[in-house]
Amino acid sequence: MIIHGRGISRGIGKGPLLIGPDPISFLSGVDPETGIVIEPGHPLKGTDITGSVLAFEYGKGSTVGSYILYALSRNGHAPAAIINKEAETIIAVGAIMGKIPMIDRIGTPLIDLPTGKEAEVDGNTGTLTIFG
Amino acid sequence: MHLTHEEEAVLNGEEGETKQQLMEILVGVGKVFGADEMVQIRSAQVSGASYKTIGEWGLKWLLSLDARACVPSVLNPVGMDRMRWEEMDIDPEFAKKQLAVISAYERLGISLECTCTPYYLNITEYGDHLAWSESSAVSYANSVIGARTNREGGPSALAAAIIGKTPRYGLHLVENRKPELYFRVEGEPQQADASWYGALGYIAGKISGNRIPLFSGIRPGRDQLKNLGAAMAATGAVALYHVQGITPEARVFSFDTSGLEEVVIEANEVSDLFTDEIPDTVAIGCPHCSPEELSFLASLLEGQKITIPVYIFAARNIINREQESVRIIERSGARVFADTCMVVSPALEQYSLIMVNSGKALSYVPTMCGAEAMIGSTRDCIEKACNPQNMRQDSLT
Repeated sequence: MIIHGRGISRGIGKGPLLIGPDPISFLSGVDPETGIVIEPGHPLKGTDITGSVLAFEYGKGSTVGSYILYALSRNGHAPAAIINKEAETIIAVGAIMGKIPMIDRIGTPLIDLPTGKEAEVDGNTGTLTIFG
Repeated sequence: MHLTHEEEAVLNGEEGETKQQLMEILVGVGKVFGADEMVQIRSAQVSGASYKTIGEWGLKWLLSLDARACVPSVLNPVGMDRMRWEEMDIDPEFAKKQLAVISAYERLGISLECTCTPYYLNITEYGDHLAWSESSAVSYANSVIGARTNREGGPSALAAAIIGKTPRYGLHLVENRKPELYFRVEGEPQQADASWYGALGYIAGKISGNRIPLFSGIRPGRDQLKNLGAAMAATGAVALYHVQGITPEARVFSFDTSGLEEVVIEANEVSDLFTDEIPDTVAIGCPHCSPEELSFLASLLEGQKITIPVYIFAARNIINREQESVRIIERSGARVFADTCMVVSPALEQYSLIMVNSGKALSYVPTMCGAEAMIGSTRDCIEKACNPQNMRQDSLT
C-alpha cells in the first residue's frame, strides 16, 4: 500500500510502524541515550523508538527537543523515519538536523496505520509504503 | 514553496553539506508556516547561545557544521560576561562550556556579541527583512524601526545567518502587520520615563496575548518604546505593536481603529505598579542599555558610592564606545557587564528583592532569579542604591 503525504526531511527510512499517536515532547520525554520514551502517562512510555517508523501527531514541549532528535541520531537510537499528522518546527528542524526522513499530511488517521507492519518513508517524494 | 535555481542548487548540496542541511531547515520551516518563497535578510540574531539551553548535543551539532554567516549576525545574551565571568561568581565548569559554545558560533562567522539590542550594532532600516530571535529585539525591529522579522528559533536563525535568507511568512508580509487591538491610554503619567512605559507594557502585554496592539494617548521616545515593547513581549507574545503618530507604520498607514476591540488603560493604574520598598540589589539594562542610558546613569552616579550592588548590562560594543561613562559608573562601585543580563545570568539568584527599571525584568525576575522584583525609575533605582540606610552587612561594594 502506498500513501502520499508531504516530504519534510529528505532520505529514505525503513522499519516497523510504531504509532504514538499522542504528541511527543522529546526534551525530557525521550531518553537520548537509549531511545526509550520516558514521559509519564504517554501511551508509548517504556517503548524503544530506535529504528521504528514512528507516527505521532506533532511535537510538543520545548524547542530544545530538536537537539534531542539530533542526539538520538548520533547515539544510534533515532527512529528510522518520522510521520507527523502536521509538522511543526521542533520535529521538522530536529529531523533535518538528525538526518531522519520525515513526512506529514498523509491524509489517513495515524491510529488506522497497522502498528508493527514493515514500512518505508521516502522524505524526498513524501510517500509512505506499507509492506505485506 | 517556490525556490530559485540558486536555492535549489544549495538544497541539492552543490555548496556543501552544511549549507544543504541549513537550506533544508529553512525550507522545512517554510513548509510548516506555508511560506511561498524565500526572502533576503539584512542581519540575523541567533538564539541557542546559552549552554544551559542547547546543552552538550547542541554544541556537538554546531561543531558538525562548516560554513560562515553571510550577513551581520550576533548572538542572544548568555549566562555570563564572557570576559568578566569570574567577577560574577560563575561556576568555572559552566564557564568553560559556555565559552566553547560561543567559540563554536565564532567559527561559523557569528560576531562575538551576545546582546538583545542588535539594532545598536548593525544598521537596521524600515522595510528590512531580518531573522532575529530575542523577543524584545524582535519587537523593537518590527515596531520602532519598521523592519520585518518573525521570532526565530536557534537553528532557523543560524540557518538564515549562513544562507542569508529566511522563508517569507508571518510578519514578513504586510497584510499580517495590521493592529488587532486598540489601547487608549488616558490621564497624564506623573513621570513618563522608560520605566513607566515598561510598566505600561507589563499591563498591556497581559491583555494583548499574541495580538498586535495599537496605542493612542502616549508620546514615547526610542528608549521608552524599547521598554514598552520588551515588557509586552514578556507578559504577552507581542512581536509587533504600533503607536499612533509615533511608530513608522502607524504614520505610513494611519490605521483605522473602527472595528478593533478597544481597551482603556488609566495612567494611574500604571503608576500603581511602582512601590516604595528597600531592595537588596539594583539591576538595570533589560533590554541592554543604549548609549544615552549609559551616559544618564553616569550623570546620576558621578561622585556617588553605592551601598547595595548595582548591575548594569549593555552590549560590549556600546560599552567600548561609552568608556568615559562606564568609568564614571564603575568608580561608584556599580558594575557594567556585557553579553548577559539579570534574566539569563545565575549571578542575580543570590538576592531576595531586586529593583529594576524594566517591565520585562519585573515580569521575568521572579521566575528566572527566584527573587521578588520591584520597578522604579532609573533615577529612583540609583537613589536607593546610594542611600546609606539601605546598606547590607555583606554588601559587595
